[in-house]
Amino acid sequence: MGTPAMTNTGIARDVPEIGKVSQRLPIRTRVVIASSGFGILALAVCLLAPLIGSTPISLSRVFDRSIPFADNVDAQIFFIARLPRVLAGALVGSALAAAGVVFQALLRNPLATPFTLGVSAGSSLGAMVAITFGATFALGPMSPISLMSLAGAAVAASIVYWLATRTGRAVSTSVLLLAGVTLNSFFSALIMFVQYLADFAQIYGAFRWLMGDLDVGGFQPILATLPLVAVASVLFARLPSSLNLLSLGNDAAAARGVDVAHAQRLAFIGASVATSAAVALAGPIGFIGIIVPHIVRLMVGVDHRVVLPASALFGAAFLVACDLVSRALLPVEIPVGVVTAIIGGPFFLWLLVRRG
Amino acid sequence: MAARASRLIVCTVALLLAAAPVSRGQPSKAGSQPPTRIVSLVPAVTEMLFAIGAGRSIVGVSSYDTFPPEVQKLPRVGALLDPDTERILALRPDLVVVYASQTDSIARFGSAGIRTFTDRHGGVAAVLETIRKLGDATGHSAEAERLARDIASRIDAVRARVKGRTRPRTLLVLGRQPSTLRNMYVSGGAGFMHEMLDAAGGANVFADTASESVQPSHEVLLMRAPDVILEIRAAGLMDPAAREERQSWASLGSIPAVRSGRIQVLVGDYLVLPGPRIAQAVETFARALHPEAFR
Repeated sequence: MGTPAMTNTGIARDVPEIGKVSQRLPIRTRVVIASSGFGILALAVCLLAPLIGSTPISLSRVFDRSIPFADNVDAQIFFIARLPRVLAGALVGSALAAAGVVFQALLRNPLATPFTLGVSAGSSLGAMVAITFGATFALGPMSPISLMSLAGAAVAASIVYWLATRTGRAVSTSVLLLAGVTLNSFFSALIMFVQYLADFAQIYGAFRWLMGDLDVGGFQPILATLPLVAVASVLFARLPSSLNLLSLGNDAAAARGVDVAHAQRLAFIGASVATSAAVALAGPIGFIGIIVPHIVRLMVGVDHRVVLPASALFGAAFLVACDLVSRALLPVEIPVGVVTAIIGGPFFLWLLVRRG
Repeated sequence: MAARASRLIVCTVALLLAAAPVSRGQPSKAGSQPPTRIVSLVPAVTEMLFAIGAGRSIVGVSSYDTFPPEVQKLPRVGALLDPDTERILALRPDLVVVYASQTDSIARFGSAGIRTFTDRHGGVAAVLETIRKLGDATGHSAEAERLARDIASRIDAVRARVKGRTRPRTLLVLGRQPSTLRNMYVSGGAGFMHEMLDAAGGANVFADTASESVQPSHEVLLMRAPDVILEIRAAGLMDPAAREERQSWASLGSIPAVRSGRIQVLVGDYLVLPGPRIAQAVETFARALHPEAFR
């Protein structure tokens, strides 16, 4: 899931910027410009996406209150099949993109993703256990698979957190990275073991879950993950300035008055909570968490006060658009994770080559 | 026991995954002597062997075999993905029944001088053809012919019984994530599940798709608007939970089947195996779709 690239170059020095002109503007103006630009994009995509699908529907019929909801196919397609899907895409896309930004800064590694530190492997293990052993308990709107996936993420994140904060001092990024990557491999091995115990039909279900899927079929699953995303957002809101300094290195950050250990904890908890919420809702959808932050950095520079909100908004737009392609534009619906990879990979390479 | 019970759905999925368009059961070499020690890695073919009177020659079965009860006493030697070659060879078989996709195993047994019977997956006609070929390969041609004719005539009888009745637009659900409608897979317009539904007097809502299984999104389910939903479950997997599972559909109230409550959970291993019990499965489908025709 994650690639342990041990480059020591920080992102700040590693990724050049395209929008040089905008760099001269004061930071507040840049935050406002970038946020409103990406915000309008995200809003436009989210408004457009529910209108398009494999079936043509009539908007006037969708909002026609004179037809009972139970008889109104157009309204059901709009409110059950499409709108939850778009909202889930927006939520998952922005959570994964923001978590990607934070993990890349925290680990000072441009190849870090929300899945690098084992959180998603823990989630996946939880989901695999639920699918294989047929867990049937549910908690309110949470399905057994989502619950187990959250539990798995919590276990994985707690282990990494304990390893990283055991000494009470700031932890070196290489220790964090090694611990996370090792845990990732360990959980992957356990996933293999659980799948080995599973029957064919269960393996099929598990495999399909691992591809990621936004067709959540209602608002309850989204509402259930909303509190976690809110917690992550609050933590993220306190981060940007310290992330800027953290990406210069622990010593440099400490010299400029950052409580490095504290900032690391906030960053790790926030990004882990966001990742586990996204994975519990839609499975591990790849590429968003690495591609989106880099695309955004290439457009707006490296200042996290701009990059973090811009990535969250662009992540939402990007995933909703990818899901639209997967469900409406292709003759056969294919998993959204495949679309994010097929669109995201080449686009990212093109951006890299163009500026090189 | 959920793990055991889901194995039959399992085999269907295995078959769907290993699906080949044409169905042809074939012995690799025409042996002069009928085999006396048979290992079967294909549960549907194991059933056929018992049904044509070759059951006594079976010395090993797959990990997924559950029927007839006699198989419980036989050694298990793996299945589609994990055939245990060593254990199979140790049973000294003179015929091994394999899936057509198990090309490595076929080559391995061939080099050991052991005949193989390859089961290719297909529709109802393929099942009958496999039964006949199996009869020829095991020296039970007459019984096989009788069995094939019996199955065909039972299915024809069902067809006659539901003939002229309105064919309800039916969704045949083969599996989904419990308590939600996510990750669902249903019968497409090809394969024996589709053909059994057709014979039972149901119009598959996915008849226009060329594949054996389809993964519909919520939107596609709403659009296809089936009149009847049949959910197939292997035995024991969810008998007590069946009622609750029907509740999962409540959110899609515009689907006629949901509104009229015509959602049925059918439980039984035989419903998902392309073996000699397909006639019984067709009858079960027909009773669910046309209860008035069976009064």
